[in-house]
Amino acid sequence: MTATEAPPKSPEPQKPYRAGPVRQALAFVRNTWRGLTSMRTALILLFLLALAAMPGALLPQRVLNATKTDQYITSHGWWGTLLDRLQFFEVYSSVWFSAIYLLLLVSLVGCLTPRTGEYLRAIRAKPVLTPRNLSRMPHFREGTVGQSTEEMLEKARKRLRGWRIAERDEGDGVRSVSAEKGYLRETGNLVFHFGMLGLIVAFALGKMYSYEGQVIVQADGSQFCNSGVFAYDTFNPGLRVDGTRLDPFCVKVNDFNATYTAVGQPLHYRADIQYQSGADLETGSWRPYQLEVNEPLRTAGDRVYLLGYGYSPRFTVTYPDGTTRTQTTQWRASNQATMLSEGATKFDPPGVTDAAERRTRQLAITGLFAPSSLLHGGILTSTGPGLVNPMVAIDVMRGDLGLDSGRAQSIFSIDQSMVKDGRLKRVARKNLAVGESVTLDDGTKVSFDGVQKYASLQVSHDPTQDYVLVFAIAMLLGLGASLLVKRRRVWLRVRPADGDGKGTVVQVAGLARTDQAGYGEEFTRMADEFLTEGKRK
Amino acid sequence: MPINETLSRYSDWSYTTATAIYVLALLFFLIEQSFGVKSRRAAASAGARARELVGAGGPGTTEVTAGTGTDAPAVTPPALPTGRAERIGRMGAALTVLGVLLHLTALVLRGFATDRAPWGNMYEYIMLATFIGMATWLLVIKKFPVRHLSGFMMLPIVILMFINGTLLYATAAPVQPALQSYWLVIHVSAAAISSGIFLVPGVASILYLIRQSHEQNPARFAKFAGRLPAADVLDRVAYRTTVLAFPLFTFGVLCGAVWAESAWGRFWGWDPKETTAFVAWVIYAAYLHSRATAGWRGGRAAVINIFGFAATVFNLFFINLVTAGLHSYAGVG
Ligand code: HEM
Repeated sequence: MTATEAPPKSPEPQKPYRAGPVRQALAFVRNTWRGLTSMRTALILLFLLALAAMPGALLPQRVLNATKTDQYITSHGWWGTLLDRLQFFEVYSSVWFSAIYLLLLVSLVGCLTPRTGEYLRAIRAKPVLTPRNLSRMPHFREGTVGQSTEEMLEKARKRLRGWRIAERDEGDGVRSVSAEKGYLRETGNLVFHFGMLGLIVAFALGKMYSYEGQVIVQADGSQFCNSGVFAYDTFNPGLRVDGTRLDPFCVKVNDFNATYTAVGQPLHYRADIQYQSGADLETGSWRPYQLEVNEPLRTAGDRVYLLGYGYSPRFTVTYPDGTTRTQTTQWRASNQATMLSEGATKFDPPGVTDAAERRTRQLAITGLFAPSSLLHGGILTSTGPGLVNPMVAIDVMRGDLGLDSGRAQSIFSIDQSMVKDGRLKRVARKNLAVGESVTLDDGTKVSFDGVQKYASLQVSHDPTQDYVLVFAIAMLLGLGASLLVKRRRVWLRVRPADGDGKGTVVQVAGLARTDQAGYGEEFTRMADEFLTEGKRK
Repeated sequence: MPINETLSRYSDWSYTTATAIYVLALLFFLIEQSFGVKSRRAAASAGARARELVGAGGPGTTEVTAGTGTDAPAVTPPALPTGRAERIGRMGAALTVLGVLLHLTALVLRGFATDRAPWGNMYEYIMLATFIGMATWLLVIKKFPVRHLSGFMMLPIVILMFINGTLLYATAAPVQPALQSYWLVIHVSAAAISSGIFLVPGVASILYLIRQSHEQNPARFAKFAGRLPAADVLDRVAYRTTVLAFPLFTFGVLCGAVWAESAWGRFWGWDPKETTAFVAWVIYAAYLHSRATAGWRGGRAAVINIFGFAATVFNLFFINLVTAGLHSYAGVG
């Protein structure tokens, strides 16, 4: 991949030659470029890329699991902190990983540019002259046949159909054919490398302009609209996404169904949804869709996925004055196999305007929910994920939930520091089946009314993924051609046999321009055909 | 879909029998490798087969076969009579064919028993990959004079199959919702098939290194390596099989990305399995590059190929069993 250089001009005699700074700089740039685009550098960069990608599979990654990552760092002391500082928990956006693949990208471009030129020249060129001494070629056979030289040439033309051939008259009745095949290999190789270039660029752009958001929607006809970041429970934007101007669409979850085997292994999840996008948003019409795992909804350039499901127990609190409050809040599964779930349903006392007083009378119902309950010595467990005989084991907490503290709070748990400070106290602990209730010391009644299923959805937006796919397919096709097509040459030289003038001396030679593997057989077959009389199939 | 217990049981029996037959064949091959004349002869001449073929050409022809960079003693030894060891080797090959057929039966029965593609958990995956490894090897020994090396190929296969049948065994069952897709059929089979094929160049490259070290210094591995074919033959076996498996592997990764797009919400997310597949892919790409780079052909290329296979094995065992990711479908409890 190095260009040949013109020999240096005759040195100026009067001054000793010394390269000026500009020249030195140019030489440096040129040498760096050459070094960077050499095959050896590409090879080393490939190794570095493999090596650099590996920690991402072995260490927890922040983008995949932030909680686990933080745990890992704290449990590994200074070592964890050091790795964190060196970006080992964000390998794929780290400076060093990016550096390697950018260098590889440059190397690739530097390598492809000259090769493309070379390729364009080669594709127009005629096959090379038949070498003078064919017996030096890796494959060579010689023999005498009864046909005339003209007949032999005709035979060769027929046999070498599909090859690129050049015939030459070498004088004295000696004629030769030079044939080459397998240009597709180089085509494939270039398509492959360009495809990869395109893929990397498209992938990087996609990372900037994509976003992903998760949201839980109750399966009771509740709806979600992609109108802004606030609509999501979690939202991961790309670098160039600020959360405004999302593609507008709405989804309504009417029902959720799961089927299981007898032992509780899930067989099928399906959310019965309706959606509207584009013109439907104005007319207000809804289209039905069966959302399943592996069957995302594709609308408005976005995709909506069914990630999972869960249960929301419904609690009603009847205050001493007779007012009631009902809430259906999602709890999350702590065990995916049995769907034993945990959560916290929080209530503000009604009709209390004084903030200080309200903070003494807030309620939280926390604990466990089991869809297929089994009580074992008073301990609630679940025997399966299906809704068979739901039950909750709850602690009712009263006091200050800390909702006004300004600290962000998970909807699945209560603020434990409030419990530690004694500002939030347990006032009841009870197992409840549907329809059962527990009455607190002040006469407030907490009842477990039933269960609602919810669907956990993800919305994904990636404007470049179709391009990535196209490039990936180009890579694959190019790779196939580049690895499976063999570039090879064959030469045939014929001259009339000495003496009686009948018959022809035939020389056949072959050369595989790429790996030799497997060419021998093809050559042998072809040589056999040329060197035997008559036709052989 | 109910599971057909009877078929599942027959599948298990076929699997166990196939493993036992491989062990037997392995012993036969070891005998051939240790005592065979053929092995020594094959070791001496690289292109034995090519020559035989050419020798059958018409009269009055001369043949020149340039060894591709082999400086091995290229004297054609006198033809030796078919010895007893060679007969034992051929029996081993026949047994291997029988084993491969039973292996295939086990796979097919498992498919019928579960009424889905029989590669939905780690046990089934390894069953498929080892089957492909063996089938590829049968093709290789048809094309290259390396039958007496079958023992080295079968040793890892037998160990894998044993571990698989005991520690990783999973009863026939339906797969979870995320796996109920035709992409399971395409993506997983492409991955298992390419991994199975990659076993062949992995073993060939190890033997290559031993043989090469012996060729450089005949005192090293004198007894053992003297019976291996020329380094050049091993190199070709490794290259031809890698070149077959690599596009397939690429296809498998590509299909995985397409499937991930519809099952997990993104086509690529650096899940541990995806990452390790990427690493293995890059290593094999480096292998192919190394063969076009001066100073890297031969020994270094072989080392890279071994690394590639190590990454593949690591992906199968470590990532499935130790790390937790979206690919945790091993079904090993
Ligand atoms: C992103 C990094 C790269 C990857 C993954 C990659 C991958 C591949 C693969 C799989 C092949 C096999 C095709 C074959 O053997 O014919 C190949 C061939 C080739 N690559 Fe790359 N490549 C990369 C970068 C480069 C760079 C930077 C250069 C130039 C310095 C380069 C030059 C070549 C050449 C010359 C061949 C043909 C070798 C041959 O004919 O055997 N590649 N590449």
